[in-house]
Amino acid sequence: MVIKHKNIFETESAWSNADKLLLCLDTGSWRTERPVLDKEKCNYCGLCALYCPPQCMKDMEDHYEVNLGFCKGCGICAKECPRGAITMVPEGEFVK
Amino acid sequence: MKAKKGQVRVMTGNAAAAYAARLCRPEVVASYPITPQSEVVEQLSAFHADGVLDAEMIEVEGENSAMNIVCAASVAGARVFTATSSYGLVFMYDTLLQTAGFRAPVVMVNVNRETPGIHAVSTGQQDMISTRDSGWVQIIVENDQEIIDQIIMAYRLAEDYDIQLPVMVNYDGYYLSYLAEAVEIPNIEDVDGFLAPLKQQPQRPRLIPGQARGCGTHGIEMGYVEARYKHWLALEKSAKKVDEIDKAFGEYFGRSYGGQIEEYRTADADIVILASGSAAGTARTVVDAKRKDGLKVGLIKLRLYRPFPEERLVQALKGKKAIGVIDRSVCFGWKYGPMCTELKVLSPKIGSAPILSYIDGLANLDINIPHVGRVIDEVSAAAKGKPYQEITWIPMEE
Repeated sequence: MVIKHKNIFETESAWSNADKLLLCLDTGSWRTERPVLDKEKCNYCGLCALYCPPQCMKDMEDHYEVNLGFCKGCGICAKECPRGAITMVPEGEFVK
Repeated sequence: MKAKKGQVRVMTGNAAAAYAARLCRPEVVASYPITPQSEVVEQLSAFHADGVLDAEMIEVEGENSAMNIVCAASVAGARVFTATSSYGLVFMYDTLLQTAGFRAPVVMVNVNRETPGIHAVSTGQQDMISTRDSGWVQIIVENDQEIIDQIIMAYRLAEDYDIQLPVMVNYDGYYLSYLAEAVEIPNIEDVDGFLAPLKQQPQRPRLIPGQARGCGTHGIEMGYVEARYKHWLALEKSAKKVDEIDKAFGEYFGRSYGGQIEEYRTADADIVILASGSAAGTARTVVDAKRKDGLKVGLIKLRLYRPFPEERLVQALKGKKAIGVIDRSVCFGWKYGPMCTELKVLSPKIGSAPILSYIDGLANLDINIPHVGRVIDEVSAAAKGKPYQEITWIPMEE
């Protein structure tokens, strides 16, 4: 067998350094709609970040911003936001 | 030989397993009692209560939790031990797969017992066979001394930096679990010495508080393929490692078992029978008796079941005139027994000799001297070109 594959993991077992490798997974490409924040309504409660399954909400100190390279567009943040500050907008709207 | 002679005591196979585990100084032990394994847990608890086992003993409500705990502790860098049997082994099936996939070097004793379907509190290898594709190394031993020695060797294998795999040490329930016989208990300092090379190798990855790391995640596309390939490769590599460790154990303690397989009078044999576990002892006696009658017969005791010892078996069986395989379990979906089915894969490499499959010893029925004698006689006739039955359920013909 001639192995052409270049290893993803440095280790024998499938260990990933969350800062380097885990976030490199292109989950953003799975998205069909994205969360859009209305900053006027947001009171920085942090529930969106708490509920986000892939933990891709970045703390901007007065609001949370979604990391689109990583957001799968599941919409849980929009559903959980008590102030309705997040709207899920179809990706088509952003096609240039 | 480096080790000093150990104390000789009479004890059961289960007690022997607990003594061996203690000698390897596990840091975390989690195990749920089940017949015929319970005495292992009882003895380890007694060691812990007596202050001679410095481990975290975690009481669990079932085997699934036990395996989850030892897997997690192993991923955190601890040396761990657990023991189970039958229903317990299949109850932890998902965590067995997880432990192997995480490449956690867990050492587990499995006391062979029949599995669910028909409730049977009796011996049989069906439990181990049912988990053969779980990615664990599976080793079968024959007597109480081998239980002790193999558990110690299992840590050398599991924690080897090139291997990093969980190892399951199997022995027959009832036949060995409750059999009391004289064993030599190695001195703990000598076991420390034998396991010392593990400390010389690079440290395996482990969870470190404060560091954001994941294990067993990232299982998508090539990440998954790569992890599977490395796992498969490590299992392949472990076969030779079993031989090396067995040799090193022999040099250190003065006892060795042949590694992947024990070849008994096979070199000049025309026909060979293959057996495993406690039945190998009976088979050896019958081989000796048949040799006295002038029959050139040999025995292979299969010690390593996963990975299947392909190379060693090919070397030992090449050119033999007929082979008989005694299985103590059933292979649903194939006509032959599990070990026989796998041996048949070697056919092009070992020649086209008849391979006869025998099912015997299920549910505490003895694989006795007349049974093995019958196998040898029939294999011998097949070697002479006489017609033979491909599969025989021995007790069903009595």
